[in-house]
Amino acid sequence: MTQKKQASERFTGFLKKFYVFLIFVFLYAPIVTLMVLSFNASKTRSKWGGFTLKWYFELFENEAILKAFSNTMIIAFLSALIATILGTAACIGIRNMKKRHQGIIMGVTNIPMLNAEIVTGISLMLLFISLGIKTGFLTVLLSHITFNIPYVILNVMPKLKQVNNSTYEAALDLGASPVYAFFKVVFPDILPGVFSGFLMAFTMSLDDFIITHFTKGAGLDTLSTKIYTEVKKGIKPEMYALSTLIFITVLILLILVNKMPDPKAKEKA
Amino acid sequence: MKKLVALACITATSVAALSGCGSSESSNGEVIVYNWGEYIDPDVLEMFEEETGIKVVYDEYETNETMYPKVEAGAAQYDLVCPSDYMIDKMIEKGLVQELNFDNIPNAKQYIGEQYYEQSKEFDPENKYSIPYCWGTVGILYNQTMVSEPITSWDVLWDAQYENNILMQDSVRDAFMVALKRNGNSMNSTDDAELNAAKDALIEQKPLVQAYVVDQVRDKMIGNEAAIGVIYSGEAIYTQRENSDLVYVIPEEGTNVWIDSWVMLKDAPNKENAEKFLDFLCRPEIALKNFEYITYSTPNTGAQELIEDEDIKNSPIAFPDLSQYNNIETFQYLGEEFDEKLNELWKQVKSN
Repeated sequence: MTQKKQASERFTGFLKKFYVFLIFVFLYAPIVTLMVLSFNASKTRSKWGGFTLKWYFELFENEAILKAFSNTMIIAFLSALIATILGTAACIGIRNMKKRHQGIIMGVTNIPMLNAEIVTGISLMLLFISLGIKTGFLTVLLSHITFNIPYVILNVMPKLKQVNNSTYEAALDLGASPVYAFFKVVFPDILPGVFSGFLMAFTMSLDDFIITHFTKGAGLDTLSTKIYTEVKKGIKPEMYALSTLIFITVLILLILVNKMPDPKAKEKA
Repeated sequence: MKKLVALACITATSVAALSGCGSSESSNGEVIVYNWGEYIDPDVLEMFEEETGIKVVYDEYETNETMYPKVEAGAAQYDLVCPSDYMIDKMIEKGLVQELNFDNIPNAKQYIGEQYYEQSKEFDPENKYSIPYCWGTVGILYNQTMVSEPITSWDVLWDAQYENNILMQDSVRDAFMVALKRNGNSMNSTDDAELNAAKDALIEQKPLVQAYVVDQVRDKMIGNEAAIGVIYSGEAIYTQRENSDLVYVIPEEGTNVWIDSWVMLKDAPNKENAEKFLDFLCRPEIALKNFEYITYSTPNTGAQELIEDEDIKNSPIAFPDLSQYNNIETFQYLGEEFDEKLNELWKQVKSN
């Protein structure tokens, strides 16, 4: 009897592990494929031409790709940063509104997220044209800030709602200025929300193709638009090399962040 | 708080720095070029800048359809664009392009082969707007170890013995071109009966098709994953280099000759520089450099002469004699209504 039970337990245990394994395969198999291909001497994916590092060397000589990479990073960082500041400020404003207005404003900020990206892209392009703004770096940055703000609000709002308003009022009563009270009392509590809003905005900006395509001017490329233009002639293996490097960098960063001792835990101890 | 101020300062300065470097202009002005991705040797751009002092602002797109709305809206003021045949037809019709002054582009008349201008007349009837840049045919690529006899006809794509071994192009007009040509019709046909017959043929063919693909044909054929595929001639040479069992044929019923040509936009801000750029591209040495980089056939006869590799120079795949065929055509723009109708028929094929 116990044997049977043990066996069935072992079986369900196996099933659980297998399920997790399967999920990881689906998540990471494409990335692994790409990493393997970045070392393939042959340009086609269906033939293994031997191990090589030449794509990595060519990558660092390919100015167009490196320029696109730096553009992507600068735009992602700046747009996420600005959107985080604006979004957080918006949250504070929204929370101090009347209930009914809150609902309306939240609904309005959600629309851009539900809207098809191509609609946002084309309408932004038309807006810039009608305002006479020459498309280029600035227009891409503005567009990215625009579509990033709702994501920041989405992340910060719930955190802000958890904050007990009386601590803030107490700080004011004790003579703190509103700005000082906000940064000393409210901000530390909503920081996780702000931070995840920033990260989400950063990744959204990093990923974006369609809106960038319509709002970028001549001669400006981000990684996604650069990769997409290669579709007709086949994607260059240098791109595999770059993606591999980005993936490994992010992986190392994540490991470091998780290994680092939590400063708060130390303080308590 | 201090941190935030510091961050804001960094942001402000970096934005200022970036917008500053965007406005630098060289003394001889610039030319703004919108081309397919990977469709020019980057060295050529540098050589042009060095020789003329004109700065090339270079931008790329991936399909005619993503290029068109940007150009139509005038989002970025481009001088030169390099669309395909039917798209040029459409742009002429919509008044987006201007006539070229060939007196200022002498190399274009001297080196671009007459037969390519002749073929261009299907979309640019008087050769007033466009200069051919790259061209090629669409045909059948097959693996000679996987078929029983040499292939000569589109009919093979309906042959049941190759069930699950056939790769079709996943694009409306390319797919309908195959079916229309097989039925002996024009690929620019707007006749309802002919189009419906083509649709029925494509539905009939569907069970035999392994996959509808775009650029995966290359890799799949090289990897022996299919016996027969519809492919662009420019890809065929590359696939043969990787897998010597592959053979490319232009079917006897005729096929599509596609041409990507340079056009100048109506309100091109740098007309003179654009003419210089076009003339530069038509020089045989430059066209040769681009041919070696892109590997799609060049219409530049001067460049064809200069090719050192005899196999490529005389390759019937890269440079078929167009006058030898009487049933090859080039796509035309047939209007929005027709596009919709064709898309509807294609949807019926795909959902069947």
